[in-house]
Amino acid sequence: MANLLEVKNLRIELTTREGVAPVIDDLSFTLNPGETLSFVGESGCGKSMTALALMGLLPEKVGRVAAGEIRFNGENLAQASDIRLREIRGNDISMIFQEPMTSLNPVFTVGEQIAEVLRAHQGLSRKVAWTQAIELLDAVRIPNAKNRVSNYPFQMSGGQRQRVMIAIALACQPKILIADEPTTALDVTVQAQIFDLLGDLRRQTGAAIILITHDMGAVAEMAERMIVMYAGRKVEFGPVDQIIERPRHPYTKGLIECVPHIQGDLTSERHDLVEVPGIVPSLREFGKNQCLFASRCPYLTDQCLVARPTEKVFDDGQTADCWQAEAL
Amino acid sequence: MSEVLNVKNLTVRFEVKRGGGWNKKSYLYAVDDVSFTVKKGETLAIVGESGSGKTTAALAVARLVQSHSGKVELQGQDILQEGSEALRQIRQRVQFIFQDPYSSLNPRKRAESIVREPLDNLSKKTEKKKTEIVADLFEAVGLRPEQQRLFPHQFSGGQRQRIGIARALATQPELIICDEPVSALDVAVQAQILNLLRKLQKDFGLTYLFISHDLGVVQHMSDRIAVMYMGKIVEHGDRLSLFSNPRHPYTQALLSAVPTIDRKKRAKQKRILIPGEPPDPVNLPAGCRFANRCAIAQDICRSADPILKPDITGHETACHFVE
Repeated sequence: MANLLEVKNLRIELTTREGVAPVIDDLSFTLNPGETLSFVGESGCGKSMTALALMGLLPEKVGRVAAGEIRFNGENLAQASDIRLREIRGNDISMIFQEPMTSLNPVFTVGEQIAEVLRAHQGLSRKVAWTQAIELLDAVRIPNAKNRVSNYPFQMSGGQRQRVMIAIALACQPKILIADEPTTALDVTVQAQIFDLLGDLRRQTGAAIILITHDMGAVAEMAERMIVMYAGRKVEFGPVDQIIERPRHPYTKGLIECVPHIQGDLTSERHDLVEVPGIVPSLREFGKNQCLFASRCPYLTDQCLVARPTEKVFDDGQTADCWQAEAL
Repeated sequence: MSEVLNVKNLTVRFEVKRGGGWNKKSYLYAVDDVSFTVKKGETLAIVGESGSGKTTAALAVARLVQSHSGKVELQGQDILQEGSEALRQIRQRVQFIFQDPYSSLNPRKRAESIVREPLDNLSKKTEKKKTEIVADLFEAVGLRPEQQRLFPHQFSGGQRQRIGIARALATQPELIICDEPVSALDVAVQAQILNLLRKLQKDFGLTYLFISHDLGVVQHMSDRIAVMYMGKIVEHGDRLSLFSNPRHPYTQALLSAVPTIDRKKRAKQKRILIPGEPPDPVNLPAGCRFANRCAIAQDICRSADPILKPDITGHETACHFVE
C-alpha cells in the first residue's frame, strides 16, 4: 500500500525570547489510507505542533519547518506555496479542533459555514452548497437538519457544534482528517457519540484519521497505531494493543499506569497510582543531546545524560527511543 | 461512623429570563430535592455531566450559592439558617479545593500568604503559631520550605494545586469539598495530586465531598458515589456495588461510554449510546427526566417522577423498572 502521508526527519523550530527551540525534533512517520494514527503525550510535547505543520498553519514568524519533508501523495508540503497549501487545506487535509465553542464563527449560521468550504474548494453555487450542507448535517446525525442548518452556533449544544465542525471538515471528502483533542471539552456520553460517528464516517469515506489526544483509553478504542511524543521527540511508536500490553519506553509506561482507568473486575483493594514525578521540561531544554525524559525516569543511567537515545526496533514495527528499551 | 454532613431535600433554583410577557418568571432547578450524607473520614463522590447540578450542589453545601429550600446540616447544625457571624465560623469547618489552579490563587500574593489567609481571617491564633502551621502545611503537601516566598506564576499547575490544597487544610476543616480537583491538570500530574489527596485523607482523617465527571478518578478516589442527571440523584451506592452493578439506565450508559484500555472489558461490554440531547432544564417534561433518551422507557416514565428507592443492601436507584 502506498503511503498517503510520509513525514521524514521533520524539524520544527520556534523562536522564543530565549532563543530557538526545536519543538519537533527529527520526527518521521507514515500514514496509510484509511487508518487511524494517534499522537499521545502531555501538553507541551509537540502533538498539536505536528498537526499545525501538516496543515501549513505554524504560527507566522515564530514557527518554521527547519528541516525535513512532509510528503502528501508524493508532494512535499514543507516547500509548497501558500496558494497551494490553501488548496489542500480543508480539501484534501482538514482539521477539527478541541474547542467547538470558539472554532465556529458566531455571526454566521452553521449552514453558511459548511457551504463556505464547498463554494471555496469545489466552486459550487450558493444553492447547491446549501443543499449539500443540509445533507452533511444529516450525515453527522444532527436531527432535523433542514431546520437546524439556519441555526447560529450559540443555538447548539457543545456536542452538536463539534458535529458541525466535523461536517465542515468532511465537506470536501478529505483524504486525511486531523482531530486535535476533538472530545476533550465534551462530556463522556457525548464523546462516545462523537467517536462512534468518526468511526462510521471513516468506514464510509475511507479517510485516514490523525487523532491527537492525551487519553490512552481513547487511543485504545479509536486507533490502530500510535506515536508517543515527549518534549518534541517521538519516544515510542507501534501498534496500539501491543504498546499497551508491553510499552518499551518508561514514559509510555508511566502514561498508561498513572491514570486511574475504569476497571472491569473491581476489588475493594486500592493501590496508589504510579506517579511520573516532575513535569515536561521547558523549551530551553529541548534539542539537547541527552534523553529529555531522564529527570523523571526511574530507569535512569549515566548514558541517558550524555547521549540522545537511538531508536530500538521490536516486533511488528514497534520502536522505542530509550537506552533501556530492551530491558523493559 | 458519624455523619459530618447531612443534606436534606436541597433545592437550588436560578431565575432565568425567557421571552413571554411581563413578570413571567421561569426557574431553572439546578439541584432539585437532593438528599445525601457524608460520614467522617470517607469520600462521597458526586458524578454527572455538565449541567447535572453537581457543582451547584457543592457550592450550596458551602453556602456559596443561595439555596431555595432544604437543609444542609454540618454536624447537626443547619448552616442555611445561620447569620453572618455564625457563617464565618462555619467557613472554618468547610473548605473548598477548586478546579482551576490558575484562577483560584491570587497572583499578587506569595504562596505563604495564600495559605495563611484562612488562618488570618477565620482563626484566632498567634502569629508565631500561624507561621508554624503554614510551614507544616507546605511540608504535608510536598512543597519545599523556600517555595513559601514565591508567587503563583513561579509554580507549575500541579504545584499550584498543592498550594490550593494547603490553603484548604489550614483551618483543619471537618469537610473538604473538592470540585474537579485534577481535571485541569496533565495526566501525569493528576496521579501526583490524587495520591496526595488520598495520603492526606489517611494521615489526617479528612472527609471529602468529591465532585468529578471523570469516572476513572471517581472509581479510584471514592467510597460512595451519587450519580446526578438534570438536578436529581438517579443512583447512589457504594463503590463496588455501583461500578460492578450499575442499575439506572443512565449510569449504565455513562459507565459504558468511558473509553478503556482494558481489552477484556472492551470485548465484554457493548457501549450503550444515549441518543439525543438532555431536555430543556427550564421546561422539564413530566415524569422521569431521562425518559426521552432511555431505551426501556414506558408510559409511566413520562407521567410519574421515579423516587430514589434503596434495595436491601442500601444501593439506591430512581427508576420505575429497577426492583
